[in-house]
Amino acid sequence: MKGVLATDKRGVRELGAEEMVGWDEVTQGVVLPSFDQPIGNAALLRPEERAYSDFNSYTATVASWRVIKPVYNRDICIDCQNCWVWCPDTSIISRDKQMLGIDYDHCKGCGVCVEVCPTNPKSLLMFAEAEAPEDALAKWPEKKKKEKKD
Amino acid sequence: MAEKMELNEIEVWDGNHAAAQALRQAQVDVVAAYPITPSTPIVEGYGAFMANGYIDGEFVMVESEHAAMSGCVGASAAGGRVATATSSQGFMLMIEVLYQASGMRLPIVLNVVNRAVASPLNVRGDHGDMYAGRDSGWIQLDAFNAQEVYDLNLCAFKIGEDINVRLPVMVHQDGFTTSHTAQNIRPLSDDEAYAFVGDFKPVDEMLDFSKAVTYGAQTEEDWHYEHKAKQHRALMDSYTVIDRVFEEFEKKTGREYKRLETYMMDDAEVAIVALGATVETCILAAKQLREEEGIKAGVVAPRCIRPFPFNEMRDVLANVKAVATLDHSAPMGAMGMLYNEVAGAMVSTQDRPLITNFIYGLGGRDFSINEAKRIFREQKGHADVGYITTEIQQFSGLRGPKLGFYEMKRS
Repeated sequence: MKGVLATDKRGVRELGAEEMVGWDEVTQGVVLPSFDQPIGNAALLRPEERAYSDFNSYTATVASWRVIKPVYNRDICIDCQNCWVWCPDTSIISRDKQMLGIDYDHCKGCGVCVEVCPTNPKSLLMFAEAEAPEDALAKWPEKKKKEKKD
Repeated sequence: MAEKMELNEIEVWDGNHAAAQALRQAQVDVVAAYPITPSTPIVEGYGAFMANGYIDGEFVMVESEHAAMSGCVGASAAGGRVATATSSQGFMLMIEVLYQASGMRLPIVLNVVNRAVASPLNVRGDHGDMYAGRDSGWIQLDAFNAQEVYDLNLCAFKIGEDINVRLPVMVHQDGFTTSHTAQNIRPLSDDEAYAFVGDFKPVDEMLDFSKAVTYGAQTEEDWHYEHKAKQHRALMDSYTVIDRVFEEFEKKTGREYKRLETYMMDDAEVAIVALGATVETCILAAKQLREEEGIKAGVVAPRCIRPFPFNEMRDVLANVKAVATLDHSAPMGAMGMLYNEVAGAMVSTQDRPLITNFIYGLGGRDFSINEAKRIFREQKGHADVGYITTEIQQFSGLRGPKLGFYEMKRS
């Protein structure tokens, strides 16, 4: 499962599966270039349009670290961007302030997005990694009624 | 545009002012500093030069020495010429970031005005801080007087920033003895000094957005070892550039520097290996002994502590019979650093000299010419009988019962 806006460069190798070069070939000062070629307009390009080098984590995947995953329910989401702001791994993909979904190559399943989702019911919920998205959506909870205070 | 300063052919500067003037002439872009005795006047001086229009740079006031070196790391990674100064406790607080700077191959220049390390608290000069930095991956140059502080600062930028080195450089001087003693200094003019140091040539600078880079990546057991090995290789190899820069400096000024300084060693039978202002004390002692008592005494002084001049040490001590290594730092459970480095070098030679270790001058305790002469005479005694007649490690100038450790094994 790759999630939205996957490309043929995103998450194509396990982190740690790099070629093990010797001391004479590692970069000076552990300085890692994000791009193989100079790039004039990185700020204007979307991640999926940038020619990332293999040193950039864009090309690596950490999906195998995850045991539970967030599933996104478009029908409830109000595009408040809370999850986008809080996600520590830029794995919430949003364009023009519209929530598109999750980058499952880099999401580690921490659940912060679910925690900060303000809708009722939540627009993001955690499910077992093996759960199919359509099964998850089929068992989405109903809106909770507020309990009246005495 | 920074204003130029008219300098006399001979100025009267102390070690701190000499360092501040060198930072000004090198047109350092960023100084991030947290002043501490006895190094305070260096960054104070830079700040004053900047406030008066003599430097186009930034002075970043920070909340600690850890932050000072962190600011230097950031500014250097961004692509500027960067320097700062510290001493003692401040140096200790910087240590974590010193390793970051060298690991990232950032050519920062750090003036270390050597001072004892607490506890007990002490503001005077010894080499406790210098020794604490010796595994940090920096090039360490040692100035024995104020002129050398000035000269070595100019050299430090040129060495560290060289494309084949790209390592941070410390310039050491002794707290108060050198830092606060005014001496006659022959500076270069602003134009000459800047021409010698040259324009800063950034490498992998973070402010070049067309080549976005990551600094400070994490590497675990699969990569860390290779990166540290490459860094060690760069430090070991940096001697070629250090030698070249010293040669260029001599051509410009007539003042000669070597990674291992030697005095009266051509025919020396006994020698002292020392660092800092003590070197000049030992030279005077050796001269007097040669004239008064005919003892062929000489002095060896690493100008460059890291990379350690291993081969040069073996060469200069090849025909010496007895050597005293003087460590200006508490050894705490082992022999002093200079003993270990010298013994480590000499153990791979055919005719190993007898090597002893003296701890001296902790917390700024005076070390006199007479004491240096006594140590030379003792080495002469070892040389004459062919073995070490005293304990191998002794404490010089210490009150109370004689303190010493280990004797020579003679089977």
